[in-house]
Amino acid sequence: MDFSVLLTDIPTLLVVVLGVPAVLAAYIVGGEFLVRRLPDANRPQVRPWIWVGPAIFLVAAILLIPAISTAVQSVQDNQGNFVGLSNYATQFSDFPNGGAWVAIRNNIIIWLIFYTLFTLAFGLVLAVLFDRVQYETVVKSLIFMPMAISSVALGVIWKFMYWYQPAGSDQTGTMNAIVTFFRHDPVAWLQDQWPNGIAVLNNLALIGAATWGITGFSMVILSAALKGIPGELLEAARVDGAGELTVFRRVIFPLMMPTIVVVGTTLVIFALKAFDVVYVMTNGNYNTDVLAFRMYNLLYLSHNPAGASAVAIILLVAVIPVLVFNLRQFRAVEARR
Amino acid sequence: MHSSSLVRALVVAVAAVLTAVACGTSSTANAGTVHVIAVWSGAEQASFMAVLKPFEDQTGIKVQYEASRDEDAILTTRVGAGNPPDLAAAPGPQLLTSFAKQGKVVALNSAIDMNAYQANYSKSWIDLGEPLKDGKLYQIYSWAAVKGLIWYNPKNFQAKGYNVPKSWDDLMALQSQIKGTGTTPWCVALESGSASGWPASDWLKEIVLSQSGPDVYDKWVAGTQKWTSPEIKQAYTTWGQILGTNDGNVYGGKQFMLATNFGDVGTPMFASPPKCYMLNQASFITSFFTKANPALQPSTDFNFFPLPDINSQYAGAHVVAGDAFSMFKDTPQARKLMQYLTTAAAQTIWVKRGGKISPNKQTSLDAYPDVLSKETAAILVNTNIGRYDATDNMPADMKAAAWKSLLDFVSNQNNLDSILANLDKIQATAYK
Repeated sequence: MDFSVLLTDIPTLLVVVLGVPAVLAAYIVGGEFLVRRLPDANRPQVRPWIWVGPAIFLVAAILLIPAISTAVQSVQDNQGNFVGLSNYATQFSDFPNGGAWVAIRNNIIIWLIFYTLFTLAFGLVLAVLFDRVQYETVVKSLIFMPMAISSVALGVIWKFMYWYQPAGSDQTGTMNAIVTFFRHDPVAWLQDQWPNGIAVLNNLALIGAATWGITGFSMVILSAALKGIPGELLEAARVDGAGELTVFRRVIFPLMMPTIVVVGTTLVIFALKAFDVVYVMTNGNYNTDVLAFRMYNLLYLSHNPAGASAVAIILLVAVIPVLVFNLRQFRAVEARR
Repeated sequence: MHSSSLVRALVVAVAAVLTAVACGTSSTANAGTVHVIAVWSGAEQASFMAVLKPFEDQTGIKVQYEASRDEDAILTTRVGAGNPPDLAAAPGPQLLTSFAKQGKVVALNSAIDMNAYQANYSKSWIDLGEPLKDGKLYQIYSWAAVKGLIWYNPKNFQAKGYNVPKSWDDLMALQSQIKGTGTTPWCVALESGSASGWPASDWLKEIVLSQSGPDVYDKWVAGTQKWTSPEIKQAYTTWGQILGTNDGNVYGGKQFMLATNFGDVGTPMFASPPKCYMLNQASFITSFFTKANPALQPSTDFNFFPLPDINSQYAGAHVVAGDAFSMFKDTPQARKLMQYLTTAAAQTIWVKRGGKISPNKQTSLDAYPDVLSKETAAILVNTNIGRYDATDNMPADMKAAAWKSLLDFVSNQNNLDSILANLDKIQATAYK
């Protein structure tokens, strides 16, 4: 075993392990020292900034400044000359099959609607049903388990699930084994652009794989919200003669609504930044491209950072309404308390 | 109790570090290391390691090898961050050429023994290593592959009384003869992760070169031959004839072609009864045949014939490809390894292990482990019109679009005109 590589990094390691805490401690002690020098009246105005300072610095350094330089790069060409909106024009050219349109459609229609809907629906149904059984913890752990699998492994597993062999051969993929059992021809799930080249089927196949991975997340949070509903309310409804479905529709569902909205908006953001499943399973071929993958390809395959920046900004703009809605919702919930 | 075990742990840690210091200084004090990135993993990585072994033993230089199938992204990131490897090998020159354009790779003219290199390599390989045409050598080629070989199972051919086609017409006749018996003549598999579609581009390149000749081919690579031009369109439709209407000449049709990994292309051909009789793939595919089925023997179970000439005017035209090396950091150790990789001695090690052909003239034909690879090597030596893999020499955007276009063509051959029009659009911007 050759440890020489490790040794060359020891000074760096020392700086990180000892230096960073030392600098932080010096900053806090020094800051407090300076604040103490101020007149009493001014201290409350200055002190919060001293403490928030490092956080603001970090957010600026790793989030705000890169975002601004991405926006700047998106209106330049790759040599740094200002070109106005031509990078965006390229992305929005040739509707409906050119530019970024296929990725936009997949992201903003197919992924956003179905991924969010499937995950919420499965999560809610599982949470409500498992609430009523003895072995709740066991099944919930099982459903939650895919969350522990990396997206790449998930993609590989589902690639095997969707494996295709021509009709007449043994089907080694689970999905095609089921389909052929019902005397239907095997389906090339990831390549088949049903219906008629619009590519809903293969996009749904990708979303199915992604949903399997994330359902546990929505189930666990919704289940926690369900447990938070006071038993008296449910009992009162039942005493008043409400059936189980009515109880769910009129009592449980409205009370869980804030949680459902929060989980839903989080899932929308997940849907918009979908990348790994597409990268592993189809590589954006057969009309399954998504914006994050297009950005990656423009940057690494085409060596076109300006175009990639434009796609990044399009993605950012698509996410902003969701963020605003999420914040408003959060405030509304706070106000009601 | 608690504190004493902590002390013990500390002592062990310090001892470990000191031992590491001792080891580190003793083994790599003067010789140094070379960091190499390439795409070879698994069996190919083992072969590359075998090539490096004598170099490490003789010089004491340690080679740190890193394998990645996503080499484009890794190299772009590392070069962009100012942290490139010393050397990188790529399965095509395009990526390395783009770094040469940015001035990120070192010219090799003074780094290796140019006289020996010029003596041992044919001019076309050297020209290929000077992509900027400024008299500077940026890439060397250590191994090569011949593209456009049609593989078949001689036992199946014998059982049915089929003959190896000598001309394009023979091939077309054989194709319809096999089709007539109710079996599909061809196996085609196009899935290859981020490079899906490239096996189809092998067909296209061979057809363009053999049908329309080297001039059209060169203009096509350079981006001055339009994709909508009659020559390129004809190449697509010729491949469409091989695939048949609705891909009916290919086992499993378009679904199987798109969903199957290129390495598994031979599986249906070796099934009993065979589900197809022929497939087109470069010389490396034999390692996939024998990996999937170790009982298969070259010559008796699988053999090849070169794709017949389409236009007799361009007889003996072949597309070749190779592994290009570039040097990113000019260190004495990197120079030594670069020099070593140009030698027949280094290349012969992998040649003997199978799957690769050496472009170095000094490599003996006897080094090839079996009859087939020797024949392939002979084809490489005797090629009349040799051209490097076209898509690998196009800009990355164009290459990716070309691969994708073939997937789209397979999905629906009727869309050819719009597919080609779209390629023209990409051609107009990709070469800037």
